[in-house]
Amino acid sequence: MGKQRTRSERAARAREFEDFVAGAAGRLLHVATLLTAETRIRNPYAQELLAAALAHAYAVRERGHDEDPYALTRDGLALRFARTARRHRTGRGGILGALTPTERLVLVLCLYEGVPEEQAGALLGLPEARVRAVCARAVARMRSRTGKGAAA
Amino acid sequence: MRQGDKEAAVRRLLDTPHPPVPGDLAARAAARGDRARRRERTLRRTGGALAGIAALAFSLWAAEARPWEPPPAATTPPFAGP
Repeated sequence: MGKQRTRSERAARAREFEDFVAGAAGRLLHVATLLTAETRIRNPYAQELLAAALAHAYAVRERGHDEDPYALTRDGLALRFARTARRHRTGRGGILGALTPTERLVLVLCLYEGVPEEQAGALLGLPEARVRAVCARAVARMRSRTGKGAAA
Repeated sequence: MRQGDKEAAVRRLLDTPHPPVPGDLAARAAARGDRARRRERTLRRTGGALAGIAALAFSLWAAEARPWEPPPAATTPPFAGP
């Protein structure tokens, strides 16, 4: 009886995870692709990052943590990227290819994902003022780049 | 142009269509998560068993050797004779 219930519980949780991935994977993969500065069509590093972050979120959920899975996966993605940022210094044709990995992280977390600066700083181990400064610099660099692109 | 407007412009720049997601992503991630969890559990159990064995071995040795007792005197004081 007990075993039966755990099995059905596990199946329900697996279905829940599948639903979550079906709903959120597109946006998360977009975030990962922005971070690694790959293109929409060819993004093997972003897919690997997302698969690792999703696997971790799945394992943590199975252990019974009751956090928002989206935030959990996104933060895991950001941290994994921050750890391997040296590999992604040069862009691979993405929109943010001209920025440094830290600038990309801050820009994506604060502007695209709308994470509060304080929270992003805590996640990345940066003071809030620095997050704000990096964000402003990244915005300025993006604007100067697109401005030049439009003028050319 | 205010900072807010600049940020909005960059936000629009980032808001491109999402890339296509591979179909087996959820299944692969779930399998990987399961594997990681199982590995973690195995490691934890092995570590716990090793710690238990070490504690048992130490108490057996301590009961046998009684290291807290002063060792019996190995030398006798010099005896000059009566």
